[in-house]
Amino acid sequence: MRVELVKRPQHSALFSALSPFIALGLTLVAGAIMFSLLGKNPFDALYYYFIDPLTGIWDPGNRWQLHELAIKAAPLILIAVGLSVCYLSNNWNIGAEGQFIAGAMAGSIIPVMFPGFQSWIVLPLMLILGMAGGAAYAAVPAFFKVRFNTNEILTSLMLVYVAQLFNDWLVRGIWRNPEGMSFPGTIRFSEYAILPQIWPEAGRAHYGFVFALVAAVLVWFMLSKMLKGFEVKVLGQSPRAGRFAGFSSGRMVFFVFMLSGALAGLAGISEVAGPIEHLNEKISIGYGFTAIIVAFLGRLNPLGIVAAGLILALTYLGGESAQIAIGVSDKAVRAFQGMLLFFVLACDTLIHYRVRIVGATAKAEGAAQNV
Amino acid sequence: MFEQIIITIATAATPLLIAALGELVVERSGVLNLGVEGMMVMGAVSGFAVALTTGSPWLGVLAAIVVGALFSLLFGFLTLTLVTNQVATGLALTLLGIGLSGMIGESFVGQPGVKLGAIYIPYLTDIPLVGRLFFGQDPIFYLSILLTFGVAWFLFKTRAGLTLRSVGDNHTSAHALGINVIGIRYLAVMFGGACAGLAGGFLSLVYTPQWIENMSAGRGWIALALVVFASWRPWRVLAGAYLFGAVSIGQLHAQALGIGIPSQLLSSLPYLATIVVLVLISRNRRLTLINTPASLGRPFVPDR
Repeated sequence: MRVELVKRPQHSALFSALSPFIALGLTLVAGAIMFSLLGKNPFDALYYYFIDPLTGIWDPGNRWQLHELAIKAAPLILIAVGLSVCYLSNNWNIGAEGQFIAGAMAGSIIPVMFPGFQSWIVLPLMLILGMAGGAAYAAVPAFFKVRFNTNEILTSLMLVYVAQLFNDWLVRGIWRNPEGMSFPGTIRFSEYAILPQIWPEAGRAHYGFVFALVAAVLVWFMLSKMLKGFEVKVLGQSPRAGRFAGFSSGRMVFFVFMLSGALAGLAGISEVAGPIEHLNEKISIGYGFTAIIVAFLGRLNPLGIVAAGLILALTYLGGESAQIAIGVSDKAVRAFQGMLLFFVLACDTLIHYRVRIVGATAKAEGAAQNV
Repeated sequence: MFEQIIITIATAATPLLIAALGELVVERSGVLNLGVEGMMVMGAVSGFAVALTTGSPWLGVLAAIVVGALFSLLFGFLTLTLVTNQVATGLALTLLGIGLSGMIGESFVGQPGVKLGAIYIPYLTDIPLVGRLFFGQDPIFYLSILLTFGVAWFLFKTRAGLTLRSVGDNHTSAHALGINVIGIRYLAVMFGGACAGLAGGFLSLVYTPQWIENMSAGRGWIALALVVFASWRPWRVLAGAYLFGAVSIGQLHAQALGIGIPSQLLSSLPYLATIVVLVLISRNRRLTLINTPASLGRPFVPDR
């Protein structure tokens, strides 16, 4: 018995729409098995993972949880929207985590080094600096790829470690808050440097979530309605055809890397100026890597990514509530997310291929029919 | 002192060498598995767990190898049978491996581990200057050197190695000649997994006999870079691994001496060195074009 793939004449529209849902379903089943192996009631675990954080929808007392969901989803969506453009153009930027940190550091320059500069213009400057920092950091692997033909996967990933270490040095060294006891971290930002909350009476969600939605719509518009989006897809699917059309693949590499870097940088500075309110050594809980899963679960479509970002944000919150309620390790979250990506990729096969399980008898029949 | 430094370099280089040799064979068969980091941490945690519960470091080594190979089968099934994108699937393997290992290893954090000791041969190990270097290291070090010989011999001196390289260079022709492309790639992927698992086991049983979450710390990615650096040649992998071992040990010594450069900046040296080396190598397009397996990363669906 073996698995055989039969190429579909056209890709299946049905499975394009269904595959993320099948993948989610399979992940829930696999997750239930994982939790029972850990000796927990799988239904309890799944309840705390996927339902409990959403109780704010009908229970105003828990509405703050929806705000927490938006806080977690904002960076995931922002980063994943940028990554989707990269991946569509067949450029593999996997260093968004580093660009996130680079953006956070660049954006923090004003509130940390010039705390006396207090004006309404501080926050917009910080956001611009954050985007510039992320874009500049992403331009490094792009430059190496275009100029020297260096593999962008490895260089962009190596730069994540460099950014993490550099940030660690900043917040323990020259940027450390002298009054911060022994904790690493900069001074708390002044009120002019804080990203406002959308609806402070109800919860902590800040304007980063609005940025994420705006970015998703703008990038969706670019990909589906503008020539630039067409260029991205042509160069991604057939670089040769793209060159005949007069598109420059070198410029495209810079464009997609710097766009995704800018969005990751915006996510970074929004995180620091939003819920954290200062720069420290653990500003990211792996957003840059989880966003890769978000991009694929959203099928590299910015609008799909908004939904996918909310789902992955839910696993972060669910991980916390399951840990508090039934003592499931918070480490389970990352295993869960990894499984989800596996199932998403496996289910995408259904879009282009019909899968047949071929047994010995079926094979004989097939041979008979061919005669 | 000099001997001591060489031995610590060897200890830093061995996991890189083993993982990179495994990935070299995988890539020579035309498959790009970016999951080295994930297979490595899975090997590290399972090796540690088995050694701790059974008390035998050798069973730990065995477990690391087996778990690495089994874990790589996940990648193999998706990319070879379901023809998924190899880059994305490799990333998924790394993310899953880091997540799963963190979960499995949680109860082992802070527990003292079981160390696989260095060998001792009477008289030979006691030779001054070179005795410990050649006759007094841990067994996996010798295995890594043997593995370099073995992989070089297999790839370039045996018929099976030629077959494997032909699959990596042109899978359509190999298929037309009646070679089982998918089968060979499965075996290559599992070999790569076993090597990455062993490299992980080395980390948690020899290098630092304890479990620390995410303890491979990017070594799997450096191993991937080493394969490019070595332009898919086993002996150059050996040279590259020792070069990187020297860089990482050098920066540790510099940190210990306290030469005034912040430790975080020194710690980032191995990663920066990787980037510099990759850029230098890839500048030479002719060298990379000659040696890169031509079907690397390209999906293969047999036509029937």
